[in-house]
Amino acid sequence: MSDNKPVIRMDAEAPEGFEGEGFFATKLSSVIGMARKFSLWPLPFATSCCGIEFMATLNPTFDASRFGMERNSFSPRQADMLMVCGTISKKLGPVLKQVYTQMAEPKWVIAVGACASSGGIFDSYSVLQGIDRIIPVDVYVPGCPPRPEQIIEGVMQVQALCESESIRRRDLPEYQQLLASYDIN
Amino acid sequence: MTNEFVLEAITREFPESVLSHDTPYDFLTLEIKKEDIKKVIHHLKDSSLQINFLTDICGIHYPETPEKEIGVIYHLHNMMTNFRIRLKTFMTRENAEVDSMTDLYAGANWMERETFDFYGIKFKGHPDLRVILNMEDLGYHPMLKEYRLEDGTRTDKDDKMFGR
Repeated sequence: MSDNKPVIRMDAEAPEGFEGEGFFATKLSSVIGMARKFSLWPLPFATSCCGIEFMATLNPTFDASRFGMERNSFSPRQADMLMVCGTISKKLGPVLKQVYTQMAEPKWVIAVGACASSGGIFDSYSVLQGIDRIIPVDVYVPGCPPRPEQIIEGVMQVQALCESESIRRRDLPEYQQLLASYDIN
Repeated sequence: MTNEFVLEAITREFPESVLSHDTPYDFLTLEIKKEDIKKVIHHLKDSSLQINFLTDICGIHYPETPEKEIGVIYHLHNMMTNFRIRLKTFMTRENAEVDSMTDLYAGANWMERETFDFYGIKFKGHPDLRVILNMEDLGYHPMLKEYRLEDGTRTDKDDKMFGR
C-alpha cells in the first residue's frame, strides 16, 4: 500500500447540466446537493470500541478529512452528520435523542457497529436494542467493531444520499410523519 | 481475630439473632434474623471487635425458595486486623423490607439505592430511596428474574444465528 503514490483527483463529476463556452447551467438542487455532499460535518457520539475505530478513521492512514469532513464537532451546533459509534444504554437514550433534536436540518444519522444498529450482543435490560428505537437512522454500518474502511463506506452512502435527495427533505410529508413517529418535531 | 472468636462473641451477644453460620473458603458467614440485622451490625461496629468498615451491601434473589426468596448481604471489614465477615438476611418477596444502615455508615446510602434499584428491596429509614443506576422509568427491578432477558420486540434477531 505504501508503494502507491497518492493520486489527487480534481475531476469529480459535475452535476448534469448545460455547458457552453464560459457558462454552465444546472439545477440549484444539484449544486446544493453537491455542496452538502462535500461539506458534511460529523458529530461523533462515541461510547465504546466503535468509537476507537472511528478515531482510526480520522487518523492520517484513513484520513476522513478528504471527504470534506475536516473537523469533528463535539456539539450539535452546525453539525449535520450524527455518527453513533457504540453501545447506547437505555439510560443514555434520552441524551442521544436530545443531541439529535438539537441538530439543525438537514441532518443525517449513521449507526456505526452492531450495538448502535441493533443492541449487538447485549440483549439485556440496560441496553437499547438499536438507536432506531429513538431516532431515525439513514445508514447502518455493520461490524463489531467495523473497520475504518466500513465507516468510510457508510459516510460515502450518506454522501450519495445528500447528493440525490430533495433539498427540502424536511418539508416532505413522509419525513414529517417519520419524525412524528419518533415523537420529534 | 479468628472466625471462632468472632462467632463466639456474636452468638453470646445475640443468641436469638444468629440463625445459622458457615465458613466457606474460611470466610465467616452468618445468617441473621431480619429484625436484628441492624442491631448486630451496630454492635460489630461499636464493640471491641471494631469491625467498622462496610465493604458492600447487595441483594440476592432465590425464586425457588419462597420463604427465603429475597436476601440482603452485608460484607464488613476490620481494617486493623484485616478480618472480614459476611452477614446475610433473608425475607419473603411480599415483605422485602429491611432497616437502612445509612445512619451507621454514610456509604450505605448508594449501596442501598443500588440494591433497591436492582431487587426492589425497601430500606426503612433511607433518606432518598430512588433508582440510581437504571433509568427512572424502566418499570421493573432487573435482577429479579421475572422478565425475558431478551428484548422480545426485536424481530430481526434470529435465535439460531446466536446458537441459542
